[in-house]
Amino acid sequence: MIAPFVLRMAWREGRAATRRLALLTASITAGVAALVAINSFTDNLRSSVQDQARSLLGADLSFSSLQEFSPSTEALLDTLGQEGIARLTNFGAMAYVPRGAGVRLAQVSAVAGPYPFYGDVATAPADAWRTLQHGPFAVVDSTLLTSLGVHLGDTLALGDGRFVLTGTIVRAPGDAGVRSALGPRVFIPARYLASTGLVSFGARVEREAFIRLAPGRSAEAIAERYRPLLRDQRVRIRTVADDQRNLDNALQRLGRYLGLVALIALLLGGLGVASATHVYVRQKTETIAVLRCVGATAGQVFAVYVTQAAAMGLAGSVLGAALGVAIQQLLPHVLSSLLPVDVSTAPSWPAVVVGIGTGLWVAIAFALLPLISARRIPPLAALRQDFDETPRPRDPWRLPALALIAASVLGLATLQSGRWTTGLAFAVAIGLAVLLLWGASWVLVHAVRRWLPPQWPYVWRQGLANLQRPANQTMAVLLALGFGAFLLATLFLAQYNLLQELRLVGGPDRPNLVFFDIQPAQLAPLAREVRGAGYPVTTPVPIVPMRIYSVKGRTAEQIAADTLRAPRDRSGRRSAGGWALRREYRSTYRDTTVASERIVAGHWWKHPAISGGPVPISMDADMAADLGVRIGDTIVWDVQGTPVLTQVANLRDVDWARFEPNFFVVFAAGALESAPQTYVVLTRAPDARARGALQRIVAERYANVTSLDVSLVQDAVERLVNRVVLAIRFIALFSLATGAVVLAGAVSTSRFQRMRESALLKTLGATRRQVLQIVLAEYLAIGLLSAVAALVLALGAGWALAHFLFDLPFRVPIGALLALLGVMAGVAVGIGVWGSVDVVRRTPLEALRGT
Amino acid sequence: MLRCESLTKTYLSGGRELTVVKDISFALEPGAFVAIVGPSGSGKTTLLGLLAGLDRATSGTVELDGVSLDALDEDARARLRGEKVGFVFQSFQLIPTLTALENVQVPLELRGLSARPRATELLARVGLADRGHHYPAQLSGGEQQRVALARAFSNRPRILFADEPTGNLDARTGATVVELMGELNRDFGTTIVLVTHDADIASLSRRTIRLADGAMVWDSAA
Repeated sequence: MIAPFVLRMAWREGRAATRRLALLTASITAGVAALVAINSFTDNLRSSVQDQARSLLGADLSFSSLQEFSPSTEALLDTLGQEGIARLTNFGAMAYVPRGAGVRLAQVSAVAGPYPFYGDVATAPADAWRTLQHGPFAVVDSTLLTSLGVHLGDTLALGDGRFVLTGTIVRAPGDAGVRSALGPRVFIPARYLASTGLVSFGARVEREAFIRLAPGRSAEAIAERYRPLLRDQRVRIRTVADDQRNLDNALQRLGRYLGLVALIALLLGGLGVASATHVYVRQKTETIAVLRCVGATAGQVFAVYVTQAAAMGLAGSVLGAALGVAIQQLLPHVLSSLLPVDVSTAPSWPAVVVGIGTGLWVAIAFALLPLISARRIPPLAALRQDFDETPRPRDPWRLPALALIAASVLGLATLQSGRWTTGLAFAVAIGLAVLLLWGASWVLVHAVRRWLPPQWPYVWRQGLANLQRPANQTMAVLLALGFGAFLLATLFLAQYNLLQELRLVGGPDRPNLVFFDIQPAQLAPLAREVRGAGYPVTTPVPIVPMRIYSVKGRTAEQIAADTLRAPRDRSGRRSAGGWALRREYRSTYRDTTVASERIVAGHWWKHPAISGGPVPISMDADMAADLGVRIGDTIVWDVQGTPVLTQVANLRDVDWARFEPNFFVVFAAGALESAPQTYVVLTRAPDARARGALQRIVAERYANVTSLDVSLVQDAVERLVNRVVLAIRFIALFSLATGAVVLAGAVSTSRFQRMRESALLKTLGATRRQVLQIVLAEYLAIGLLSAVAALVLALGAGWALAHFLFDLPFRVPIGALLALLGVMAGVAVGIGVWGSVDVVRRTPLEALRGT
Repeated sequence: MLRCESLTKTYLSGGRELTVVKDISFALEPGAFVAIVGPSGSGKTTLLGLLAGLDRATSGTVELDGVSLDALDEDARARLRGEKVGFVFQSFQLIPTLTALENVQVPLELRGLSARPRATELLARVGLADRGHHYPAQLSGGEQQRVALARAFSNRPRILFADEPTGNLDARTGATVVELMGELNRDFGTTIVLVTHDADIASLSRRTIRLADGAMVWDSAA
């Protein structure tokens, strides 16, 4: 019975207020667009991973180890690999072209067999991979060609081996840009591996075997069966499903966190909806009172306006979803270098439906609070505008409406993050940030009003006073604009501090070139070479590879077999034979601590190790916790087959972020000197060219010595950080867009009011120029106040991130923050003036007549 | 048709009690046309609000067509208004977002009734047959008030309350509107309660009640 009236009335009412309602609509459009874009993109990414999973690994099963496979493992590989087996031998080596000048640390893979079984290695030219095995050829990442300044057809030197460059890699299995960012890849045929002479003692070489199974055999079952057996031999087994699961989890997490950033834009839109609805209801007071006079119940009136809000929410969400689908086409470009697979850009319908549903829900939930007050507009208000309303008790529906908003934020965040704890943390953080921003805005607005100097020109005072005109939306606008700015500023501060730290690490007095894998006999001539070129050489740091034989009297195998007493891994789970127990340790020995470490328990030894007794060692505190050892506990190490008994003397906190040789375990001098070992030395050369030249000399004379230009690593990390930040910033921009829309909405809603104000002012003698100045003052203040509130908060958040999360000193990029201030003021003034052209242009009579 | 008994309304204003309607009692027969007159601030509009159930009295009772308003909650009173009461306001109070025709349709549509033929007929009756698709802003004051009158009669009310219906109109237009009310009163047998401070307009009614300082000081029927 009621519904037709409600629908008709909602339609007729809405029809006449399209402009105002359109802005209400647009408030949530940006948020829905961001949400749909991210979720659609993540869905596509995950389905692409699913489709291309086998080509990610390139086989059904892979076995890998940092040592030669044992005869029993080889026998197993023979049995399993009857359908097909391929091998990669991976190691780092200095690559250069003899006729060129440069040199570069590359990730070399020597290929044997028909790798990959699934997918392909796409190359340019296209047949380079197929012909790789036909001779001493090399297929490389194009970045290697660029950095060495060479071309296909040139001869590449790897140690003593020489390879003709026949192609560049376009796409290869497991191709995730991050890995190749640290060193370009070089593929060579395995049968020429020996010619390089690089796989010698001390070199870190990974052997991988790729298996193709007969149809119907389960890789999972095989992995399940052999994993425990091969774990003791430190062989790792991966299946397509493992890769897919890991990648899928990672992508889901990425999608979810980016989705939360998008959700912020949507919630800000909700705030815009609430504010616009509040003003809308105020403007509709008389209409509602008349409806009540002619017999509409409170419920009918409420239903009319909720229907309008829902319709507008739906329209805004559909528009946002369409926009999101369009934006989604851009995301793969923004993120391409981080993606392991080709991603389709087809719209994901579940993401579209969820986006529209979420937008609709947010619009309704946030509109309800102001709309419940519409129920309480008495019919008497139609009779007399100044009706003397006797104070009413607080609306009992207010609390449920507020609770609905809180529950919606929590629910949507939980839905987006997939975990209620994350959802709760997000909801609380958002609530807190909104509250702080609200507080900061409130203080600023009131401070302006209170301390506005009376000697200021009239137009400024009037403009600033306008912030508090009746039915103003100043707080909502400051909040919506400010939150976007806060997000962007915080992100920028985090990025700036991270990168700044990275740059300072390579400061003017720090070593910036590392040589490692130096054999003892090469040490003296190499140091001479470097000094001869005019550069300093640090004290050589010896490195001795070793493994754990036993901890506190129990062998690694025994501990691994006993899950109950097994050491905990980094995530706190007990895992039989944890990484800490099985890994290869590259330890050193010395008598003093270095700058990048700090003793947190026990004492550094005063004397070298005494023969016969246990050797004092110092452990990284986290690693000690993983192994479950304390000061005084004993560990027996297997140093190239020789057992060495040690006792933990102290624990250290190590700053791994510093580009220095850092160690999990340091032995007291006197015990390892005769063990097989390699050395690391550091030097500092002023520029990239000098470093390149030095690296080249060393690479040519000492083929097994690898060197790393620290600045290249810094560049790679910087590129990575920048790309990740770019993705987050892209989504965060939607929050700012929402803020701009909310501002435009507020400008539009108050247009009529401002027109009357300016008509009055013009009647009293104000010129158009003065009216324009008033408008400028008002919106300049809005832009600046929101930016200041945002910056205050962002500085707090940035400091907290730097201090607690990154453990860095906090630095403030004043210029950039001032620029943000300027941009915000510009945006606000732009929108304000654009929406006020009428206000300035109209003649007073036109405005007063309201035509 | 309408009976009020010892009707009193007191407001709290600036911490002081202000009695704007004092102990008013009278009764109207069906088809009556009564004018409530008095100077500004004498409590006319407040009394009208109480009689129409737009507000609750501090004490006293109102009975409208046999129904005691005091026993009804807000929504029940709204439904009663929808069925039995029509309103005309000084400032017309047309819904600005609705056309003239749609404004007239609202009371019937609220009750889920077919509204268009009746609304068209009523607009013709008030002489605005060709203005149905105009918005209030496109109509003159007199035309707006005639639309309001058509709206007031659309649900065939048993009683019509008019609050200074001529207050915003020039004398001639005002008289035309009140004459129109008289015609409708005769043709439909609707009881009319007219609040005005204009003696000429009041003289068009058949009974006059005069208020001063919230109290009833004269009733022409007494």
